[in-house]
Amino acid sequence: MKRFFARNAPAYVFLLPWLIGFFLLALGPILASLYLSFTRYDMVSAPRWIGWGNYEYMFTRDRRFWKALEVTFTYVALAVPARLIMALGVAMLLDKGLRTIGLYRAIFYLPSLLGASIAIAILWRQLFAADGVVNQVLAMVGIQGASWITDPDTSLYTLVVLAMWQFGSPMLIFLAGLRGIPRDLYEAAEIDGTPRWRQFTRITLPLLAPVIFFNLVLQTIDSFKTFSSAFIISNGTGAPADSLLFYTVYLFNEAFKFFRMGYASALAWFLLVIIATFTAIAFFTSKYWVHYENERD
Amino acid sequence: MKTSATDLELAIQMDEAARVAHELRLKRDRRERNGRILKHMFLIIVSCVMLYPLFWLLASSFKPENEIFGSLTLWPSEFQFENYTKGWYALPMSFTVFYVNSAIVTGLSVIGNLVSCSFAAYAFARLNFTGRSFFFALMMMTLMIPYHVVLIPQYVQFLNLGWVDTYLPLVVPRFLASDAFFIFLMVQFFRQLPRELDEAAMIDGCSPFKIYWAIILPLSLPAMGTAAIFSLIWVWEDFLAPLIYLNDIKSYTVPLALRLFLDQEGQSAYGQMFAMSVLSLVPVVIFFVLFQKLIVRGIATSGMK
Repeated sequence: MKRFFARNAPAYVFLLPWLIGFFLLALGPILASLYLSFTRYDMVSAPRWIGWGNYEYMFTRDRRFWKALEVTFTYVALAVPARLIMALGVAMLLDKGLRTIGLYRAIFYLPSLLGASIAIAILWRQLFAADGVVNQVLAMVGIQGASWITDPDTSLYTLVVLAMWQFGSPMLIFLAGLRGIPRDLYEAAEIDGTPRWRQFTRITLPLLAPVIFFNLVLQTIDSFKTFSSAFIISNGTGAPADSLLFYTVYLFNEAFKFFRMGYASALAWFLLVIIATFTAIAFFTSKYWVHYENERD
Repeated sequence: MKTSATDLELAIQMDEAARVAHELRLKRDRRERNGRILKHMFLIIVSCVMLYPLFWLLASSFKPENEIFGSLTLWPSEFQFENYTKGWYALPMSFTVFYVNSAIVTGLSVIGNLVSCSFAAYAFARLNFTGRSFFFALMMMTLMIPYHVVLIPQYVQFLNLGWVDTYLPLVVPRFLASDAFFIFLMVQFFRQLPRELDEAAMIDGCSPFKIYWAIILPLSLPAMGTAAIFSLIWVWEDFLAPLIYLNDIKSYTVPLALRLFLDQEGQSAYGQMFAMSVLSLVPVVIFFVLFQKLIVRGIATSGMK
C-alpha cells in the first residue's frame, strides 16, 4: 500500500490541476447539464423536473429548432466540402515543382488565424453589404448583386465564403500528407505515360484518403460549433428571417437572452450527441491516418 | 572490317539517340518551366484575392467617410489618421482600457495553459501510474466536448461563486488545464524525447519535478512556444466567454468593444470602426509573422484547426 502510494503520488501531483478541472469544469457540468435538460429552469426559482418535456417540445413543436438544424446542416454540407476542395487544390499546387512555397503558405494560412475574430466578421458585413465591395466588383462585369447579408436567400452563402477563405489549416495538413506519398510512384506513372488526371485519381486520392477523411471529420466537427461570425453577421439574433439561425446562436439566445436554461441544456445535449457521433467515427478510423505522423520530416 | 562498320553505325546511332534524348530533356525542362510560371501566376492571383479583403480593411481605416463605400481602390485620396485617434475614444471607455483588459486576460490565460497543461502532459507522457490510460482516454474525450454543452452549468456555478463580471471565469479554468488540446500537443512532443534522459537523471537521484523542470521543459521549447502562440491568439480573439461573463463595459475585452461599434451603425463611424478592427488584428499578425515556423509545424504535427 505504501509502495503503491510512493509510486503514484508524484504523477497525481502533476495531474492534480487537470483532475480538478476535469471534475469541476467538464464532468460535473456535463452531468448537471443532463439533469437541467429535464427541468424548467429560469435561474430565478429552483429547477423544476418536467421529465422529457423539453425534448418532446424540441422535436415535435419547436419550429425554430428544426430551422436551426436546417441552417447548421446546410452550412456544414456547403462549407466543409468547399473549404476542403480549396485546401487540397492549393496544397497540390504547392507540393510539386515549386521551391519557394513558404510565402504562399503563409499568405494562405493567415486568414485561418484571423477568420474567427470579431474584426473579420465586421469586415464581412461590409464586404457583402448592398453597396459593398463584392457588388462593386460584380457591377464591373454588369451583374446586379443582391443585398447579400439582408436577403434571407443569400445570407448563409456569405458565411460559406468566409469558411472557404479560411482553408489554411486543412491545407497545411494536406501538404504534410502529400509529403508522405513516395515520389517514385509519380515517376513510374510519368514513364508509363499516365495522364495527370489519372495520376491524381489512382495515386494521390487513394494514398491521401486517410488524411482527407481526417480533415473531413475535423472540419465537420468544427463547423458545427461556428458561433462568433454567425452571431456578429446576424446581429446576434439569426436574422434575416432566421436564415442565419445557427444552432449555437439559437442555444445562446435561449440560455442568455430568454433564460430558458433547462431548454437550452436539452439543446446543448443534442449538440453533444451530434458531435459525439462524428468524433466516434474519427476515433475508430484514427489508425488509418496516424501512421502518417511518423513519416513527416 | 565488318565490325568497324557496325561500330561506326552504332556510334552514329548512339550519337543520334543522345541528341534525341537531349532534345526531349530540353522540351521537358521548357514544359516544366512554363508549368512553373503558370503555377506561380495562378498562386499570385489567388493570393491577391485572399489578401484583398484585409488590404481593403486597412485602406478603409485611413479613408474619409464618404470614400469607404463606392470605391475599390486601396489608396485613400488623403490619409485620415483621425479615424484612429477618434476611434480610440469613440466608445464610452477609451480603447486603452479594453487593451489593458485583453492583455490581462490573455497574459494570465497563456501562463495558466502552459503551466497546467505541461504538468498534465508530463504525467501522461513520462510517468508510470495506475490509471494512466484510463485518464488519458478521458482527457482525449474532453477534446470533443463543445463549449456550449458545459456553458450553462459553468455559468450557474460561477454566478453562485460571485465570479460573474470578473476575469476569474475566463482565467481560472486555464489554470485547471481546461484547454485539453494543449495537453495533447505537449504529450505528442514529450513522448519523442529519449527515455534514457529520465532514467539517467533518476539514477542520479533527481525527483520527478526536477526532471520536468531541468530536462523536459528546456528540451520542449518548440512545443511550449507553439502552445503559447496558439493560446495567445485564441484567447485574444475569444468572444463567447467574455460575452457571457463580462457585463460591465469597464471590464470589456477588445472583441466585445468592437461589437459596440456595430450597435452604433448608421451613425457613420465606419472609418473608426475599421481603424479599431485593424488595431485588434495587429497583435495576431505580428505574432504570426514572428513565429510562422512554429505555427505551421504545430498544425502539421497535431492536426489542429
